[in-house]
Amino acid sequence: MCSRKYVWLPLIIFLLSACAAPAQTSSAPRTLTVMTHDSFAVSEPVIRAFEQANNVKVTILPSGDAGTALNKAILAKNNPIADVLYGVDNTFLSRALNEDIYQAYASPGLANIPNTFKLDPQNRALPVDYGDVCLNYDKAYFSSKNLAAPQSLEDLLKPEYKSLTVVENPATSSPGLAFLLATIGHFGEDKYLDYWRGLRTNDVRVVNDWNTAYYTEYTRAGGTRPIVVSYSSSPVFELIEAEQPKDGTPAPQLSEPPTAAVVSDGSCFRQIEFVGILKGTKNQDLAQKWIDFMLSPTFQEDMPLQMYVFPVNSGAKLNDTFTKYLINPQITAGVDPQAIADNREAWIQAWTEAVLR
Amino acid sequence: MTAGNAAGNRAGHNARQIDGPPGDQIAVRRSGRRGSWILLTLWLAPLIFLGAFYFYPLAGILSASFARREGNLLSPFLAALTSTSVRSIFAFTVYQAVLSTLLTLLIGLPGAYLIARYDFPGKALLRALTGVPFVLPTLVVGAAFTALLGPAGWINQALMRLFHLSQPPIDFMYTLAAILLAHIFYNTTIVLRMVGDFWSHLDPRLGQAAEMLGATPMQVLRKVTLPLLAPAVAAAALLVFIFDFTSFGVILVLGGPRFATLEVEIYNQTVSLFNLPLAAVLALIQLFFTLLLTIVYTRLAARVTRPLSLRPQRFTLRRLTTIRQRLLAAAYIGLLVLLLVAPLIALAARSVTRVESSTRLPPGQSDQGITGATAQRGGFTLDYYRELNINRRQSLFFTPPATAIGISLLYASATVLMSLALGIPAAWALARSETSWANRAMDPLLMLPLGTSAVTLGLGFIITLSHPPLNMIGSPWLVPLAHTLVAFPFVVRSLTPALRSIRPRLRQAAAVLGANPLRVFRSIDLPLAGRAVLVAATFAFTISLGEFGATAVLARPEYPTVPVAIYRLLGQPGALNYGQALALSTILMAVAMTSMLVIERMRIADVGEF
Amino acid sequence: MLNVSDIFKSFEQKQALAGVSFEVHAGEILAVLGPSGCGKSTLLSIIAGLEEADHGEVAWDGVSLSGIPPYRRGFGLMFQDFALFPHLNVFDNVAFGLRMQHLPIEEIPAQVREALELAGLPGFELRDVNTLSGGEQQRVALARALAPRPRLLMLDEPLGALDRNLRERLVLDLRDILRRSRQTAIYVTHDQEEAFTLADRLVVMNAGKIEQIGTPEQIYGRPASLFAARFLGFTNLIPGRALSIQPAAAVVETAIGRLYVPLSENSLQPGQAVTVLLRPDGVQPGNDNSGQLQGTLTEAVFRGNITRATVLIQGVSLVFDFHSHWVLPAIGQAIHLSFDPAQALQLFNEISP
Repeated sequence: MCSRKYVWLPLIIFLLSACAAPAQTSSAPRTLTVMTHDSFAVSEPVIRAFEQANNVKVTILPSGDAGTALNKAILAKNNPIADVLYGVDNTFLSRALNEDIYQAYASPGLANIPNTFKLDPQNRALPVDYGDVCLNYDKAYFSSKNLAAPQSLEDLLKPEYKSLTVVENPATSSPGLAFLLATIGHFGEDKYLDYWRGLRTNDVRVVNDWNTAYYTEYTRAGGTRPIVVSYSSSPVFELIEAEQPKDGTPAPQLSEPPTAAVVSDGSCFRQIEFVGILKGTKNQDLAQKWIDFMLSPTFQEDMPLQMYVFPVNSGAKLNDTFTKYLINPQITAGVDPQAIADNREAWIQAWTEAVLR
Repeated sequence: MTAGNAAGNRAGHNARQIDGPPGDQIAVRRSGRRGSWILLTLWLAPLIFLGAFYFYPLAGILSASFARREGNLLSPFLAALTSTSVRSIFAFTVYQAVLSTLLTLLIGLPGAYLIARYDFPGKALLRALTGVPFVLPTLVVGAAFTALLGPAGWINQALMRLFHLSQPPIDFMYTLAAILLAHIFYNTTIVLRMVGDFWSHLDPRLGQAAEMLGATPMQVLRKVTLPLLAPAVAAAALLVFIFDFTSFGVILVLGGPRFATLEVEIYNQTVSLFNLPLAAVLALIQLFFTLLLTIVYTRLAARVTRPLSLRPQRFTLRRLTTIRQRLLAAAYIGLLVLLLVAPLIALAARSVTRVESSTRLPPGQSDQGITGATAQRGGFTLDYYRELNINRRQSLFFTPPATAIGISLLYASATVLMSLALGIPAAWALARSETSWANRAMDPLLMLPLGTSAVTLGLGFIITLSHPPLNMIGSPWLVPLAHTLVAFPFVVRSLTPALRSIRPRLRQAAAVLGANPLRVFRSIDLPLAGRAVLVAATFAFTISLGEFGATAVLARPEYPTVPVAIYRLLGQPGALNYGQALALSTILMAVAMTSMLVIERMRIADVGEF
Repeated sequence: MLNVSDIFKSFEQKQALAGVSFEVHAGEILAVLGPSGCGKSTLLSIIAGLEEADHGEVAWDGVSLSGIPPYRRGFGLMFQDFALFPHLNVFDNVAFGLRMQHLPIEEIPAQVREALELAGLPGFELRDVNTLSGGEQQRVALARALAPRPRLLMLDEPLGALDRNLRERLVLDLRDILRRSRQTAIYVTHDQEEAFTLADRLVVMNAGKIEQIGTPEQIYGRPASLFAARFLGFTNLIPGRALSIQPAAAVVETAIGRLYVPLSENSLQPGQAVTVLLRPDGVQPGNDNSGQLQGTLTEAVFRGNITRATVLIQGVSLVFDFHSHWVLPAIGQAIHLSFDPAQALQLFNEISP
């Protein structure tokens, strides 16, 4: 088995396959490559329908988290590895636009999208979905302690809320960064650090990712912190997940979501995700069709249960549970994307000094 | 009688000889040119491999990164070297790596002894179990440790009940202790296997001779055993250190935000801040440090390796006879099980426990008075396992677990074959000569992939492998190639001490009897080092099974490996997804363990273990 | 003085030692002679303390050694494959035991030099043991074992790894070295010539039991069993049947004729199967009919002092050692053999399987 001649065999095999580029004949369907972040998901029937309607084979290329995917697209600018990039959000938007990786496309689907989402007037990056990062709290905990649930960011500084909060590190977590931006938007650049110092005095716990925060520290999962930075949709998902029928056990009778989000004005940060055609693509027409598809009601309505985000298309209908229980913030804290691009590093650095060191 | 000792040491053939022809030489000295050519041929495949899949992508990303700098070429370096935060990050990285390595050695060496010298019931099982941690993705390890040692974990709950405490006594997460413990958890198997198997071939008569000369067991250990074990211990320590030095997931998940190593910082700089020049500088720092260490190691190892009388295992294993021996062994195994196996059990247990949907109250209070939801206590359930096969939302990327397992096993097998195909010639080359320039150059080079930031290299792959001459993005071969990049240094490090320890006299004897070098290798080196080859193969296999970082970057979404599938489940909210992730992790553990048991039973070169 | 009493030891299914007892006196070289697998090495391990006997006791000067670990017994052991420490040079190998004894540092070099000189390797202190020849390694191993002046030195087939010429030379050196240092020693071997050269007394072992203890002369002169006889190299072992028994002799019917064997004690039954040893050194050739036996000389090999002759008698081939100055007939001719039954014949109460 270990004779030397076998050394050459795998070598030859991989060299051969390396040289073999995917062949495209004119009669076979063309391929459209869509680069996305790792959380991309879509129902199979939905995408097959698109493929069949357009005689195209769609290849999805999950490329890490949003920032990593963007970086890859930037680095591969001269030799793009995909036709379309989806997943850049408003915290990365300026970086993407400044690096000039997109081609503008004014899709007809834009007509149904409220202007608040259209952060790029040139339509190089088109909005696809949004999610609001808000504080979540565990209702049962507060009722059992006879404690009033928090209603605003400022509440977290109160002494009765000491040691109750867990947040994510903005350097390593996307919702963490979103929450930091919320505080910056809410308190302003000169006051936000005071807020965080106050949180630190109140024993806020910082973890590195959302998973740890939500599935380890949150009291819902058996942890010790009943207030967590998550999404406005998380309470509804608790309900939906709980309703999944499991064999043998009756579905629990939950009349309302067991947790709630703090959605008062300015306490949440809206993350909007964008899609754009990459410059240098050879499949311009297909890429445009894909964009139209992403903005269409079919795709938009499929998103919530696949990616846990919400459609920007006002014509898309949400499922009943959402309509019933989803409470979205009216006014979210806003920070200019260019300001984010300019100050991101400094803000994170300052935050790290104030909270972690 | 002349005092011939000045010429003494290694130039044995010059000194006066009594009673017979010169004996063993440490290195087979071939006539210069032919020897060098043979070495170069052996190194050819590994060199091509490294060139195409390491240096080329690395060069790509470094040049792209430095192209974005402001100022001259030196400015990113100056900025990094003068920054206090970079210095403190570097210091911490080294500090935690040194500490972790020492602790891992401390815990692993007694186990290596036990495995090397004794046979006891359950030995094979213990070996397989202790190898499983190596396979687990770090996100999952975080969950496992939390289930065991978190504020609501078993140990704290048990202690609280036992001593009627109101607060969990062990505050484990997000401390340096958590990082160290996780590193021990991951890497002890390296020490157990590499040192244990090498030790098992050491002639116990050397220890007996020392005892007869009056050495107590402790003295035997210090003066005879440890010096002879040094090559294997050094190799294991080097690998463990490099892993700890480049640790990423453990720091993030178990250390929390307060701790940052070089790798974490590289990630932050690259992804979050897109400061590529700085990230490149940090990656280079990491690389050079690894290179430095490896060079020191190779110098040391060459001096410390000697030809030994390697004996077959069946002559060196004994049973545990006295009560004292049995008690000590049991105590140690208990410790090992606690450190390495208990988190696995906690993980498996968590995967069959219904995640509670009500708040866990502070201990001491009853759960009356909760309005609204019915309190659902955790009960045994196989739902998460069942759910794995159900594509409830008809998600495009749904992969049934059997498919993911099949893909993982396929990639792992390919990785083993490629790593052995590259690693065995390299180890053979290293064993043939310690002084050849080819060896001294290649040895540190092949360790470089282990010390390179995965983030950086991943980006490098994207940049360079997405266009000719090597347009391989999307090729399924990329994943096992990336795995091989990490696995084959392992193979070389496992094999080289063993191959070097084979007495040249044996090879000479075979040669004189008519065996050409290849035959000599197959009939002398391979059987004597057979165990080491199996150890190496096992490592390559488990590395591939558990590899996540590179795979996530390079895998096609239709062919996910199990860690990628686990990561996907973890990225989606909902208790059901979380439970499925735990279930899939448990399956991964079971697959890893079974595979390792199978590999260890396999025979090498039709000779088995002698 | 070493006292080994009633040692039993089994490994799994096999019984390695079954009731072994003997003594070794101070200054004596005791050889343990036996074929491979007879338990010699196990015996050494037990005396050294590296193994524990199932039953029985080892004592030194009356003090039992059970429970005392090897490093406190003050015994030396020289292994067959030398077991030199490959990571230490010659000096450090030889000095190892001295360091364990906590000998003052200043004294060690002198002791090492003395041991090396005794072993015939002066000036080898700085050599690398891995580059030494087999003979040199053996001497280093010997020097290492001797240096700490153990009260008992055990040598486990120390010449087994060497070629014949070397062995013959070294066995004399070894005897010389051991005698000069008045070392009490147990020397284990399967080679009868080595044992005879070195030993003051000899223990013959077979299958875990002692067959015979005595001086080399005693054992060679009167082997206690058929096994011992065979092991010592006697080949003229003739099966026969006891015809009549007298108080001090027996008449045995054999293939070569009727032999009259003097006996010291007589526990035989008539008709019992026995074996008769006709010693190769107790027979003289003659060329007249006065001898007890007659046969054909088939071979005569000159070996210096002795000529080894093979004689065919009634179809049985016997080997004799004649003094070379005795006149022999030509090969193929008849030869008459005469001997003194009391010197040349020995009866064994057993037959070979």
